[in-house]
Amino acid sequence: MSFQRVQEKLNILADAAKYDVSCSSSGSNRTNTNKGLGNASASGICHTYTEDGRCVSLLKILLTNYCIFDCAYCVTRKSNDIKRAAFKVQEVVDLTINFYRRNYIEGLFLSSGIFKSADYTMERLVAVAKKLRLEENFNGYIHLKSIPGASDELMREAGLYADRLSVNIEIPTKKGLKLLAPDKNREDFIKPMIKVKNEIIQYKNEKKLIKSTPKYAPGGQSTQMIVGASGENDMQIMYTSNYFYKNFNLKRVYYSGYVPISYDTRLPQIGTPVPMLRENRLYQTDWLLRFYGFNIEEILNEQHQHLDLDIDPKLGWALRNMHEFPVDVNKADKHMLARIPGLGMKSVYKILKARRYRQLNWEHLKAIGVSLNRAQYFLVCASNKFESRDLTAEKIKGLILQNSKSKYTDMLSNQLNLFG
Amino acid sequence: METTLIYDATFDGFLTAVFTAFELKLKTVKIVTEQRFQQPLFGSFDTVYTDQEKSNRVWAGLKKKMSTDELRRFYYAFLSEKPTVEDTLFNAIVYVFAAKKNVGSDFTNAHILEIAKLTKNVGREKHRMEAFVRFKLTKDGIYFANIEPDFNVLPLIKRHFEKRYADQKWLIYDLKRKYGLYYNLDKVDIITLELGADFDPTKTSSEIFAAVELEFQQLWNDYFKSTNIASRKNMKLHIQHVPKRYWKYLSEKHI
Repeated sequence: MSFQRVQEKLNILADAAKYDVSCSSSGSNRTNTNKGLGNASASGICHTYTEDGRCVSLLKILLTNYCIFDCAYCVTRKSNDIKRAAFKVQEVVDLTINFYRRNYIEGLFLSSGIFKSADYTMERLVAVAKKLRLEENFNGYIHLKSIPGASDELMREAGLYADRLSVNIEIPTKKGLKLLAPDKNREDFIKPMIKVKNEIIQYKNEKKLIKSTPKYAPGGQSTQMIVGASGENDMQIMYTSNYFYKNFNLKRVYYSGYVPISYDTRLPQIGTPVPMLRENRLYQTDWLLRFYGFNIEEILNEQHQHLDLDIDPKLGWALRNMHEFPVDVNKADKHMLARIPGLGMKSVYKILKARRYRQLNWEHLKAIGVSLNRAQYFLVCASNKFESRDLTAEKIKGLILQNSKSKYTDMLSNQLNLFG
Repeated sequence: METTLIYDATFDGFLTAVFTAFELKLKTVKIVTEQRFQQPLFGSFDTVYTDQEKSNRVWAGLKKKMSTDELRRFYYAFLSEKPTVEDTLFNAIVYVFAAKKNVGSDFTNAHILEIAKLTKNVGREKHRMEAFVRFKLTKDGIYFANIEPDFNVLPLIKRHFEKRYADQKWLIYDLKRKYGLYYNLDKVDIITLELGADFDPTKTSSEIFAAVELEFQQLWNDYFKSTNIASRKNMKLHIQHVPKRYWKYLSEKHI
């Protein structure tokens, strides 16, 4: 391994991979067999954090940034005049193993520009994973990109060596995709996803019968959408997301606020701020769908196509549905407790446990960790402080905003700053 | 009349002291380590000699009274090394043995609650060490790391590293407590090192470490810079995740 050459390649190919936000190393349960190297930690470990506050748990690189496609939103697009580089399979293996041995990383995240053809590219990615598993006896985490258009046979093999596979659909609507990536088809993204989904189901069934069936993509599949590049509203983004959760059993959908990277007139210009607050609201909505038992139609619909930026989506839903409240925390079921603004799922479980012993009052709720600033208007408990005063939704919203300080306040204020 | 029991700072030693206190039916007890012992003006004191069997009996007795997870908290809390932890644990143990039912999670009891809080702190430090240990390859092929954790978490991270790095020799050394874990491809031993006065844990001297070591550190630091998105910079969040007191272990954070 020549240090100088690898150093140059790493700088180019790590930089190009950073727009992929997935860095999860959890959910796999690979154990170290016969004194090999590594085992996947079920909860995942973040070994460090970048200055933008994102976790670093995998070595996240492209195999190459040569690409035959010309997607407007992508740094690696064919027409972009940038330095190109390509790793050899062995170089990626050596880097991964040496970083892992020093406890820098949990494993490898390998993506790639598409050179020659989808199959040719996918084959190289699989070759890296295969080498790590079979020659180096490596049991750490491996996340591979499914290359749109790759053959079923290669996808099947990929799942045998990787913990997680992902295809980034990037643009939430067909129309947007046509505009920004004219040479890509939605179907090409979906085909490998279907293949992997079916294989996961099949391997799971076989494992029930035959204990020795190998693991197949134990970390499941994920995808990513860019937010704020092609003018979709929140409803379109979340309906797409919901469609993928429901139809492809995805583990995660990631939302990535668009970071301007080109002067293409089809896109937000360089210098446009990254829509981080919007990204945050989308993640909150995603959580409501996956853990809080909400249906997407309750949060986003024809009358309500955008998430509020000034309040979180659960509070937004509650203010539109005042007839559901107040909820009695000492009687309500889990489903309804989870819908009270200011209550996280952890608090819900603590309430369910604690109320077996005693009727809960405000002090108990506070000790449990409920955010009373939001919750107080939506619940009743075993004390009559904060008597509900028949407030209107607008009034409640005003009170809550008055008493809270968001880190995004500066972004939200639409007043001109006189001296700034 | 208060009795002070002096023990050798090991967990078994502490449990032996607990056994002794119950055996002698002592009313008011203070359990302290040799280092922290100061002769009291009034009251008596006595040195306890660690006895594996007595320690096991106390542990087995506690095990009958609560769940494994609740029991684990007592050990985690002990490793916090907080000056008052022996009293907290002793009072909690008295409470547990006196209770008719399982009170291992009765957080209305101040001692049990304190143990839960300490467990949380120690657990967080354990997880951080699993993340922030950075091995450097020495000339004689050992992956070496030094740490200075807030709490004594080496016993807790042993299993994680043993399982993960089964095919390389490694050594994790706690500079604060002056002992380390050494894995020789077969088993893990507790060792102490004579580190020279000129040993600087933040440096990678070419006398001790392999020639490739600085190259990989350089590659890692390059990677750390490349993977950052400048337009999303958020230092407040960054420091929340990687508190400054840990930076000295992390080559990517050396300024």
